Amino acid sequence: MVEHGDIRVVHRGGSKINFREPVVTHDSRFLLCASGEAVKVFSTSTEECIHELRGHTGLVTGVLLRPSNHLQVYSSSVDGTVRLWDFTDGILIKTYVIGYPVYSIYASANHEKVLFIVIPMQSDKRVELFQLVAVHLPESGEQLVETRELSAVLSNVSSNPAAIAFGRGGEYLASVNGLELEVYFFKKHKSFRFPLKKDNKKGGKNTFTCLACHPKDDCIATGHEDGKIRLWRNFNHKKEYTYSTLHWHHSAVSSLCFTPEGTNLLSGGVESVLVQWRYNQESERDFLPRLGAAITHITVSPDGALFCTSHSDNKVTIIQSCVKVSAVIQGLVKGDIRTDLLVDPRSKALVLNGKPGHLQFYSLQRDKLLYNLDIVQQEYIHESGLQQFEVVKAAFDASGSWLATVEERNQKAAELELNLKLWAFDEQTQSFVLNTTISAPHNAQITAVCFRQGADSQTTLLVSTSKDGHFKAWQLAAPAHTEDEGASWLCDFVGAYHDRLPECCSFSADGSLLAVAFQEVVTVWNPASWELLTTLSQPPGAIRDLCFGRLSCSKYLMGTTASNLLCCWNLLTCSLEWSTSMDVSLLLDDPLSENMAAFCCQSGSTDLFVFKPSEPRPLFSHKAVCSGAVTRAIFAPREEMLESCEESSQWLNRSQLYFVTQHTDLMTFTTKAEEDRLMASSKQLVIDDSVAMTPFYLLLGKHRQQQEENRDPESSLSVARTALPQTSTSIKELLQTPAHVLPSTSHLCSMFVQSLLISVSGCREEKAHTEEEMESEKEEEDSEEEMESSNCKPGPAAAAAAGGQAVEPDAPALTKAQARELRRVRKLDYSWLADLLDS
Amino acid sequence: MGEFKVHRVRFFDYMPSAIRAMAFNSCTERLAVARSDGTVEIFNFTDNYFQEKVIPGQDGRTVEALCWVGQRLFSAGLNGEITEYHLENLRPRYAVEAYGGPIWTITSNSQGTQLAVGCEDGTVKIFAILEERIQFQRNLNRQKGRIISLGWHPSGAQIAAGMTDMIAVFDAETGHTTHRLLVERGVGASKNKEVVVWSIGFLSNHTIISGDSAGKVQIWDGLTGTLVRSYLVTRWDVLVLSVSQDESSVIAGTSEGTVIQFQFISSTVDQHEKEWVRTRTFRNHSHDVRALIHTGTAVVSGGMDTQLVVRPLLDKVERNTQESALRKIAFPHRSLVGCAKKAGLLLFQFPGHLELWKLGESEGHGKPGDCLPVKRKPEKLIELKRKGEDHICCSALSACGGWLAYSTVSSVCLYRVQYNSNNIGIKKVSKLPKELRSAHQLCFSSDSSKLFASSRQSSVIVVAVNQLECKYLHTLQHKSGSRQPVHLLFASDDGKWLATANTDCEIHIYNLHKLKLHCMVPVYSSCPTAIAIHPVTSNLISVHADQQIFEFSLVQKEYTQWSRKLQTQGLHSLWLERDTPITHITFNPRNPDHIILHDTFMFCIIDQSLPLPEVKAVLCNQMTLKSLPVPERIGQSHAFKICKNFQHLMCVSLLEDLSLVVVERPLLDIMSQLPAPVHQKKFAT
Repeated sequence: MVEHGDIRVVHRGGSKINFREPVVTHDSRFLLCASGEAVKVFSTSTEECIHELRGHTGLVTGVLLRPSNHLQVYSSSVDGTVRLWDFTDGILIKTYVIGYPVYSIYASANHEKVLFIVIPMQSDKRVELFQLVAVHLPESGEQLVETRELSAVLSNVSSNPAAIAFGRGGEYLASVNGLELEVYFFKKHKSFRFPLKKDNKKGGKNTFTCLACHPKDDCIATGHEDGKIRLWRNFNHKKEYTYSTLHWHHSAVSSLCFTPEGTNLLSGGVESVLVQWRYNQESERDFLPRLGAAITHITVSPDGALFCTSHSDNKVTIIQSCVKVSAVIQGLVKGDIRTDLLVDPRSKALVLNGKPGHLQFYSLQRDKLLYNLDIVQQEYIHESGLQQFEVVKAAFDASGSWLATVEERNQKAAELELNLKLWAFDEQTQSFVLNTTISAPHNAQITAVCFRQGADSQTTLLVSTSKDGHFKAWQLAAPAHTEDEGASWLCDFVGAYHDRLPECCSFSADGSLLAVAFQEVVTVWNPASWELLTTLSQPPGAIRDLCFGRLSCSKYLMGTTASNLLCCWNLLTCSLEWSTSMDVSLLLDDPLSENMAAFCCQSGSTDLFVFKPSEPRPLFSHKAVCSGAVTRAIFAPREEMLESCEESSQWLNRSQLYFVTQHTDLMTFTTKAEEDRLMASSKQLVIDDSVAMTPFYLLLGKHRQQQEENRDPESSLSVARTALPQTSTSIKELLQTPAHVLPSTSHLCSMFVQSLLISVSGCREEKAHTEEEMESEKEEEDSEEEMESSNCKPGPAAAAAAGGQAVEPDAPALTKAQARELRRVRKLDYSWLADLLDS
Repeated sequence: MGEFKVHRVRFFDYMPSAIRAMAFNSCTERLAVARSDGTVEIFNFTDNYFQEKVIPGQDGRTVEALCWVGQRLFSAGLNGEITEYHLENLRPRYAVEAYGGPIWTITSNSQGTQLAVGCEDGTVKIFAILEERIQFQRNLNRQKGRIISLGWHPSGAQIAAGMTDMIAVFDAETGHTTHRLLVERGVGASKNKEVVVWSIGFLSNHTIISGDSAGKVQIWDGLTGTLVRSYLVTRWDVLVLSVSQDESSVIAGTSEGTVIQFQFISSTVDQHEKEWVRTRTFRNHSHDVRALIHTGTAVVSGGMDTQLVVRPLLDKVERNTQESALRKIAFPHRSLVGCAKKAGLLLFQFPGHLELWKLGESEGHGKPGDCLPVKRKPEKLIELKRKGEDHICCSALSACGGWLAYSTVSSVCLYRVQYNSNNIGIKKVSKLPKELRSAHQLCFSSDSSKLFASSRQSSVIVVAVNQLECKYLHTLQHKSGSRQPVHLLFASDDGKWLATANTDCEIHIYNLHKLKLHCMVPVYSSCPTAIAIHPVTSNLISVHADQQIFEFSLVQKEYTQWSRKLQTQGLHSLWLERDTPITHITFNPRNPDHIILHDTFMFCIIDQSLPLPEVKAVLCNQMTLKSLPVPERIGQSHAFKICKNFQHLMCVSLLEDLSLVVVERPLLDIMSQLPAPVHQKKFAT
């Protein structure tokens, strides 16, 4: 088998942004979210992702503003490191190696140089027990710091980050786990435990879910499974503690947060209502309802002006003063995916189940949710256990002008409610408009819907197969009466085959054949005359998937059976061409090439085989792409073709294969060359609206660009790290240090003003600085070399670099003299900084 | 355990009346509870919350407020009188007219020298408490509008009076008002409605806490007369407040049936500045909480739903002990049902009347657990209204069903009941001996020839009754010197013994043949709740408020072997944890080893021939025993056979024909007869 290290499985977009609570920066301008293996920095006003802090090699489990410097942020990850970033510029400042997976991170201003992290207990590997440890951050100028001083603070804590919080001024730490609240006082080194009874008689569930500490008073608010909020006071006594109970939520409170002044308490839960309680006047409360989905986290900006709520549908809502939703940052909605993955032929967006009753259109290129299309058009009721309409099938026709959706609600299996809806694309509104609703199109669950793909077909045809034993063809019919508004869809043909249940159906690429699988038998029909042309069968085992070959392989029909067989029939001879025994969980074809992909489930993980129907030898295979079975995948056409000459990666040239793992992570296959290109192009996208177009900006912008070039993709991170402090921080230091510690203004000013002049006299100083220039140029060369060595395909990278330059011209280009001057400034500054450091 | 035909009686429409006021004496740990019909009950908190005494009410006398001064109990009511009670004779000692119209509230100063009452006419009247009576001293400055509530500063120098729309603070010396605190009205529609300050607390640091009809609990600075904090706790009224002894906690009872606690705690751990914070909410009542007491360890509340609830504060008591359990006292701790064993008649005692019922009959036999068809329905024979204003305090029915007697605080009435097949005749015995003026407890001898009436100072008057006349025979007197009233009387079946128990925990045995004291049972620390003399062995069985059981041989004048064994081995912990007292003991004539006793939630047959249950044994093992094969049962079975099929028992008695009479009064029936509570929005309704 051919295996290629060149092609990798990567996470591509759609990672959770609601995994951990977001962080709002001090100036309320940025929102930081842990998102997969990166931290995303969003603008709170424009909802745009400004940049990503990449560097962790595991899931990021916590983001935390550094208490002593509000421009820096800590992030923790299960890869066993805590990293310190400058989030405005996206620079990694330090990496602290902890050595254990970190599940959450806490800090307080009261404990300088100490971080509190939750790590698993080492004693018992089988049981998931966690402990809170204090990490003393060693003083070190190095980038990579090993931390050795770990001291346990609390054992047996919850891994949920909402279950631990620092109290007033960091004097105590409160933690909830199960049915117990534990408060640890740092001064006295004493902890108090307050257990609750398991359940009370009235059916209340007392389990703690989250907690928050009042910033000024000694008051701890805890949320509970049954929707109660308890406010604990006097907890520095073993017995005389007391609490009051607030109850509005009808099911578990998932997040609590005090406003920075402590005047209000915010709570949220599955009701998707943000509740604001007045502290000490709890009978008064305000509500912000209809937030769309269950609230998972609540944070408040340090000035108290913005509230941020994370929602279970991978969304962050930014709320201004508890009344107005000012921005919504929506990620890929991850729910129960019932539909197949689809690609909208028009927008090339990935289409799948989104919010309940919706289809979401997700741009793969921009990693952004475009919009949600309301299919069910009924109010969704946020309560568990309710049976509600769900979109279970969807299909696009070839041109993207029709969308067919199937929604179902099964109260009980006997009383199934089904709706088939057909949506026409409206050019004016650029969205889909409901054309026809067919209620109860079949008597039983619909197993597949499929449009005729024929490019030339004037009359689009939709086929639906159902467990009631029939398949139906639907056709757009002209209105019977002239007063009718437009054409609607009608049933054209009902087909059946020997009382067998049709499981799947497929149209050939030109639309001249329809194959419907009736359990073990594949029937091939002529959609024009509706005559049964032939039957193919390969018992035992029912057919699971059917695919017609495309282009040169259009004479083949591929099928997979439940008895672990992959069959290829030749439609010209009506005989089995070849078959092979493998447990294919999903078979799909690439609409732009002959290739087919088969996902095989084997011993808990999934393998991928890409092959052409004409030959039973795989073009490409990848063992263990992920754990668990893959049931949803799609070939998405590329915007521009890749020019890969290697045989193994050619199948990725025209389209890209996306699949969804059992944990609903969206993954894709990527080649090295593509990755490099992507990295290169991503640099252009960085637009920093935070800095005005000033000469300073030009200086800065230039440097940032350099620095980002250095921080290239896979290219060794160490290069980026070593390069950074010399380039940007020094300049920034110059621009940000208070005036009184800078060298004399006259000194700087003349230099700076000179740098602005269009220099003819620049050559005067040229000689003096040749040496330096030589040096620095050398440096640049070095780094470029490094870059090149890491790139395996110089072509695209160079092109991208050229593209990067092309953006610049509209800004006045730096003259050589300016650049030199800049270097001089840098040099100067550096020495001065060194002095400071020495002193 | 044996099988019985059971008369399941549910036609006793006992209806307790609402709790109106409470007062707690922290020295003696006695709680006085006043009900809306004027009854005053005394509960002993040191003795398992046993209802020691009941002072019957009187038509026209209502109790609005109660007040302990030392050992003396005062009440005031809307009839305008201040009443002091005679706690040994269980009757009002005297009543003093205050001449200020209806009295809404009464309170004493902390020194116990003065009483203050708030009157309808706007005056606060101060009475001096003298040795034997009280004497009017003076009026404080008269206000416009009635005085609803009073709070006396612990120093005695100031009195705060809650009125409509305001609180007036008086100087107790001069009688002048020093502050007038205006109470804000409710918002919205209730803006036009005047707000009533229902309750006031005056703390030693001059903090005044008020609860009003707008649903607010407000905290005022009494020195400056300014509002410190205001808590809106309910949409309805805050009816009552109670301050703990150490003034660190205040509880407020509302119309919604909730009790809300406020605590005086520091907002941060290391600070000494404290503030009042609303903390816990207790929800144990369905109706208005009208009376509330903050004892050192518990919140005691009562109200319109007639139940007395003792909710221990878990931060003050040891967890998972008997002390930490919630208690609801719904039924009186004495029997209101008389049963004529021979005639199959039941006598139900109500405050205003008596009902005599004939039990139904059925024929046929069924399997255990079956319902038998009723051949003849139970029948109400007589409804006997009492004479006079005083409520009935006790009643008795003779075993043959021929005699019926009841007593009020002022008189005793004896009736001759003649009942044959369809005719019912009742005749009042007109001439009673003059010694028989009032009784705390009445009892007929088993042959219905004698009536025993406990009278003042624990004495028992013996009266011979027959067709012709009613003759005073003797007064039985003991020598212990106790003056407490007798609350239990039991005459043995053989007519030889009479046992009395008084609230000093003493049990005296009299020999009726010799008409003199036979002996006194050694005094146990807990009050007896039921006593009975075994018809065969002449052993006295006594059950006490702490659930202990004793058997005392009258012949040998010592505890029996069985009793000693029970004491050394100890009772099962589940038995001791029951929270209602045993109120009645009967014996099974067929099997002299069986003792039948019951409390509110179960009845139990103690088989003295079987071994006592081990500490770890399952106490209620009837079901497991049933499933076991017969030979194994013997090893598993023990003396206590408990039946919980019948709940809310008022009486369990064994008739002569060996059928069991079980009188039930389901709490739900009582609840359904209560007036509708205030409307509350319930989630998902």
